[in-house]
Amino acid sequence: MRKMEKLISINCVKLLITALFYTCVSCSSVEQKIYVELNDTVPCVRLLNATHQIGCQSSMSGDTGVLHVLESESDLDWILNTGPHPPYMVIMETAFFSRSVMLRMKNSSRVAGVAVIVSRTGLAENFSPHTTCPNQNTGVYSAKYGPELANCNVTTWNPLGNGLSYEDFAFPVFALKDENQTQVIRKCYEDHNLRLNGSAPQYPLCAMQLFSHMHAVTDTVTCMRRTDLQNRFSINPEILCDPLNDYNVWASTRPLNNSAKGQTTNESFVIAATRLDGRSFFWQEAPAAEGTVSGIVTLLAAVQALYPVIQLAPPPRNIFFAFFQGEAFDYIGSSKMVYDMERKEFVIDLNNVHSMLEIGQVGLRNGRDLWMHSDPISRMNSSSVEEEVSDMMKNMHSIAAGLNVSLDEPPASQPLPPSSFQRFLRARQIPGLVLADHRTSFVNRYYESMYDDAENLNVSYPPNLSPEEKLVYETEAAKSLAEVATLVARSLYKQAGGDDSNLNNITADPKIVAQLLYGFVIQKNNSWFQSLLPPDLTKKGILSSGPPQFYIGLGPRTYGPVHSVTLFVQHIMANLTGTVTNLTETQCQKPDDISTENKDLYAYFWVSGSTAVNSSGPFCVRAPVRLSKAMSPAFERQEYGSQDYSTWTESRWKSIRARVFLVASRELEMLTLGVGVAVLLLSLLVTYFLSSKAELLFSSARETPTTTY
Amino acid sequence: MTLAVFFGCAFIAFGPAFALFVFTIAKDPLRVIILIAGAFFWLLSLLLSSLVWFIAVKASNGSQDPTLPRALLIFGVFFSVLLQEVFRFAYYRLLRKANEGLAAISDDDGLAISVRQMAYVAGLGFGIMSGAFSMINILSDSLGPGTVGIYGDSQYYFITAALMTLALTLLHTFWGVVFFEGCEKSRWWVIAAVVCLHLLVAGLSLLNPLYEGSLPPVYVITLLMAVWAFFSSGGSLNNLNALCTRKT
Repeated sequence: MRKMEKLISINCVKLLITALFYTCVSCSSVEQKIYVELNDTVPCVRLLNATHQIGCQSSMSGDTGVLHVLESESDLDWILNTGPHPPYMVIMETAFFSRSVMLRMKNSSRVAGVAVIVSRTGLAENFSPHTTCPNQNTGVYSAKYGPELANCNVTTWNPLGNGLSYEDFAFPVFALKDENQTQVIRKCYEDHNLRLNGSAPQYPLCAMQLFSHMHAVTDTVTCMRRTDLQNRFSINPEILCDPLNDYNVWASTRPLNNSAKGQTTNESFVIAATRLDGRSFFWQEAPAAEGTVSGIVTLLAAVQALYPVIQLAPPPRNIFFAFFQGEAFDYIGSSKMVYDMERKEFVIDLNNVHSMLEIGQVGLRNGRDLWMHSDPISRMNSSSVEEEVSDMMKNMHSIAAGLNVSLDEPPASQPLPPSSFQRFLRARQIPGLVLADHRTSFVNRYYESMYDDAENLNVSYPPNLSPEEKLVYETEAAKSLAEVATLVARSLYKQAGGDDSNLNNITADPKIVAQLLYGFVIQKNNSWFQSLLPPDLTKKGILSSGPPQFYIGLGPRTYGPVHSVTLFVQHIMANLTGTVTNLTETQCQKPDDISTENKDLYAYFWVSGSTAVNSSGPFCVRAPVRLSKAMSPAFERQEYGSQDYSTWTESRWKSIRARVFLVASRELEMLTLGVGVAVLLLSLLVTYFLSSKAELLFSSARETPTTTY
Repeated sequence: MTLAVFFGCAFIAFGPAFALFVFTIAKDPLRVIILIAGAFFWLLSLLLSSLVWFIAVKASNGSQDPTLPRALLIFGVFFSVLLQEVFRFAYYRLLRKANEGLAAISDDDGLAISVRQMAYVAGLGFGIMSGAFSMINILSDSLGPGTVGIYGDSQYYFITAALMTLALTLLHTFWGVVFFEGCEKSRWWVIAAVVCLHLLVAGLSLLNPLYEGSLPPVYVITLLMAVWAFFSSGGSLNNLNALCTRKT
């Protein structure tokens, strides 16, 4: 028997080991019967600056609430006052996502969280969660410089702003973008939570749980102090927040020696700048079509228009193109570049800067004018600045007369709109203009929101076009932006001292503008973008479907250390300003040894090339396009409470997810517990009784009793 | 469904087993060993039945017949019941052999433990392990905030699972007693009856989620088995009478 037992046990062990090598055949656990996991969640996260925290927070183990769809005023009353099953998880229709409703939710203790349905049906005429006066404390206007113009005293730039993005919510707020998911939630609500004839719905009720617990609290100073303590004293340091950072993209018409710092040349530069980023209420959602893409596309098209002429007839001054990242968060990119220029840590410094032309929001022209904004204070203080600015304006007027663009100046006493140029003015009074499609306040009704998308920019295609046809189709918006780009290119050429006779040769190609617009607001996964990027980046999945999102984010991502938009702009610039070389891939990555190539003056890019069948494959491009770090100087100087520089950080978190399930009534739960306790006590009593009387009960004539009486 | 449901279901499912363990098994180390070995034997039977199930699923892999999962389940349950009873018989044989060895080395004149007591302990061991495997997975999921039902299942899932586990634990105990008694007296119809009843209970559980069809009949069978086990382990109406008269 023992031998057989050994044999059985050995065989069992062998079987067990072989069984373990197979994965689970079909795990149908109870959890799958209970929860419906929602994929693709879009949360609102916590951001901190020197003094405040904004955004949303959930409790550590998620916030649960009974679902209720907010479609009318009576629903609002039900949720906040009369509903019998608090706390509620509010499914908010688009129309109700406003400041008044959200603040009422914030002050109520009966709201466990909010899920906002994101759609264009029911969308109000305007919705901007940004503040009315963007970046008011880090611009150039302050108590010391133009105090009467500071804090939007003269012009409110974003009057439709409701400031929701800058409120602090103690419950999670998620966005429901996927129509199928919203349908699942609605069905669960309709099946279980509807009120019949005014009476309250019966248990079990449909509920939702949102997880978005943020680790950082209070402000950046507190968070960085705690992170520093962790780094110094803990074996496994827990980082609580990260500064928002990424890279600026810059290029120059004549290559600059990247390894040299400070004013090494007596060159004079005209800076052409625009911003690269946007934001919205939710994390990583920022289509930013009118707010950002219009500027990017215009500047890129201007680069494309300028380059052929510049090779033939170079102007006396150099033109420096800059795309600043992080401008929505107190000018992260531009403040860093100016900071480096001031300390002579950048290739050029402020002495080299002749003038500046910035491109703001230029997409919603549609026959209306373009406006040239300038700074009245510096024009008043310095006659040379006044002269130069008037000159610039005169040049642009004359160029615009030749094109189909009506250009004008806003009132003389009006300050500059929020722009990177303000940070340059803070350091030195240089002449400059900001080009925009608004005379006073923004015409963008969805500034820095999720709805600033292709539809807001009036980019529409005729039906039944394939993606490839859409890529090259010249929409009205593309043609309009091409005109602006031509104006910008010619003005830059004139500003750089170029000859008037060459001006008519500078024209932006509407086809390039159409391709840029398609790639940046409709679909980034197109053949043109694919041909511009390196093969290993496309393999890592940087070209997912849909338009790119322009939120700056932070740190390393799955496909590399740089934000995808920054990479797109960098490679497009390389394509527009670079020359093809015949280096191999290894040579392209390390061109140090090759005598004809200069790593200091140029950057080398290994790009895929056309994806057509008869194309030659990847090749190496040499271009004077560089990246420069865009992280606020406050973090370099470790002045986390700085009032001069951006101090924005993003909190870290463990998991962000959402799930839907049914909840049972409290009475049923207590009943279960009661029955359980009763069963336990009863069985204890009965067993004690039976075991004490066991000899009496189970006595038998045959067996020897174990005890005697 | 939260902590209240977790404890409620745990007490329902394991209360009687816990009470039986505390009052009748815990004091005697030999009984504890027999209990644990019994649990192990049940576990072995489960391992073999899971292998049968695994092979069956793999063999029918690729077939998209909608009735296939149900058919596989019935097949699996049938084989599992048979294997459990086979291992109960195997444990009986092992205990008989061990008993002789124990009698040889014990100090007392007689048997250290009677076959009837071994039958009860073995049955309880089977019952506890079977209950644990039925219930632990469900208990862990009952801790979360949600209850079963979003896909249309009944919201009383946890409670009925706990009640079923309670019944099964007790049934295994009674079947142990009756089975060993049948083997001792070579009454093979008793063994056949136990196997048939086990198959019947397993079949009734397949009626779920029609809980009215599965739970009451199972509890009726439990009561009947309790009576049968009582008479089979030496009890009689006289003893009951004696108990009542002694009390008064």
